[in-house]
Amino acid sequence: MEGKADIRKRAIIRRRIISRVFLTISTLTAIYGIFWLFWILSDLFINGFRYIHIGLLMEDMNPAGVKGGGLRHAFVGHLIITSIATVMGVTVGVFAGIFFAEYGRDSRFIQALRNVTDIMVSTPSIVMGALVYAVLVKPVGHFISLGGSIALALIMMPVIAITTDEMLKLVPGMMREAAYALGAYKWQIIIKVTLRAAKVGILTGVILGIARITGETAPLLFTSFNNNFLETNILKPMASLTVTVFQFVMGPYDYWHEQAWAASLILTMGVLILSIIAKIIINGVSFTVPFALISRSLFFIRKFRKEE
Amino acid sequence: MVDAVKRIMNEEKGTVLKNASGEKIRVSNLNFYFANKKIHALKNINMSIYENKVSAIIGPSGCGKTTLLRCFNRMHDLYPGNKYEGEIIFDGVNIISKEMDYIELRSRIGMVFQKPTPFPMSIFDNVAFGLKLMGVNNGTELRDRVERALKNAALWEEVHDRLGGSAFSLSGGQQQRLCIARAIAVEPEVLLFDEPTSALDPISTSKVEELIAELKSKVTIVIVTHNMQQAARIADFTAFMYLGEIIEFDKTEKIFTNPSHMLTEQYITGRFG
Repeated sequence: MEGKADIRKRAIIRRRIISRVFLTISTLTAIYGIFWLFWILSDLFINGFRYIHIGLLMEDMNPAGVKGGGLRHAFVGHLIITSIATVMGVTVGVFAGIFFAEYGRDSRFIQALRNVTDIMVSTPSIVMGALVYAVLVKPVGHFISLGGSIALALIMMPVIAITTDEMLKLVPGMMREAAYALGAYKWQIIIKVTLRAAKVGILTGVILGIARITGETAPLLFTSFNNNFLETNILKPMASLTVTVFQFVMGPYDYWHEQAWAASLILTMGVLILSIIAKIIINGVSFTVPFALISRSLFFIRKFRKEE
Repeated sequence: MVDAVKRIMNEEKGTVLKNASGEKIRVSNLNFYFANKKIHALKNINMSIYENKVSAIIGPSGCGKTTLLRCFNRMHDLYPGNKYEGEIIFDGVNIISKEMDYIELRSRIGMVFQKPTPFPMSIFDNVAFGLKLMGVNNGTELRDRVERALKNAALWEEVHDRLGGSAFSLSGGQQQRLCIARAIAVEPEVLLFDEPTSALDPISTSKVEELIAELKSKVTIVIVTHNMQQAARIADFTAFMYLGEIIEFDKTEKIFTNPSHMLTEQYITGRFG
């Protein structure tokens, strides 16, 4: 006969084995993912870093086949396209989020609209490009950089609208009631209380939204297209980093490939920095960690010297 | 038949109490429904709230205490499908009529909630919030009134050197007193407390109770509480509610020493609820 203690011991051993198996599987899958990510990043760093030089930012593109030149036209274009997209996307997205969370809670129609927006988050970006092509580029008759901004804004809007909505819903209802109880109107409560309470989350959503559109190529192909010269008129075709990288990678010249490496690295770093900023905003604390470490080590150094 | 008798009893009670002096709010035949009349939450409520007195509403969970309290500042209007019937006369006006401007009403009838509800801003801005809504923009006046409110809420000593700090850095009890300061800063005539100490430790609870006793010289107080001892300690009048009705409403000593209704006696002696 087995005693109670034996049964319990067997159960514990069984649980321990299962736990180890799952830990091993999850560790291996994590390593698998990180391995490829680091391979790509290290390849990018090794190849990209060599070709980064200040001329990349200061000079425009040379005529095809003539060595040298830079990517100023693409940097400027990318900045213009994404900035305009950000302004449009953030404004519409935040207002839509406020509408979903604060005004549309009791309306089935608006909640259905919200769910459609949620689905739109995962729309393939090229679809947005095609949409803008049909609605704007085709009627205008030529590629137009504003179209690129609109396509990017359309990609960004649902992301920001849903984050804003979620963040506002996290604000406790009691906080709203407390503000109502003081005699505030709804718009005053939204501006002064709920948006403030949710600002960190909304800001994070905005930054992640910008990070998302910064690396997009597909929606720009049909809209802002490309330009081999510096162009600042948003009604004309405009170069962007992503499309330029695409063009250079497909091109026959080695120096194009080198510049594409460099541009890819800069783009990746930009997105990485945006994501890190978002992370820092979310966990506020980690931002202070480096400072705390520095001040603590200074303290110890001083103490050490005194003792000497 | 029983209902009719009850109604007559309530009306008689109403007339008796109406003759008492200093009636601030008078509730007559109030009925309240949730969810488009599917739930009848308050049934034929009659009671009076007296000026500069503390009135407590007690009763088991789900009896409608909070629902009644939230009628006084029209909090139910925030959610669709709620319906009032009857009268709540405040200053000669029926405040549950459709024409009532409840934004103005809420600046005259303040409310403190079950859990502390500081806003995501500094301690000073929390107290100044209601004042700014009322159009107090003068810096000195704002500072004076914030200071006075914090002193009246017995919080000034603890926070006067960190008014710019976040309200979330305060302890639970301090946050609740901050919410009281915020509510009294706009100098309301009536203050509604919805179980204000149920989330607080005993020391903070006694501080808030002392505060309520002090405040009653300035404002009329209605408090909903789960805690019968609390009602006995601080209230001048007590209403006992059960299943959406007021079973008994009288002076606190009367309710706790010599209740006239059997249900009240059973409840205060802890036999149900």
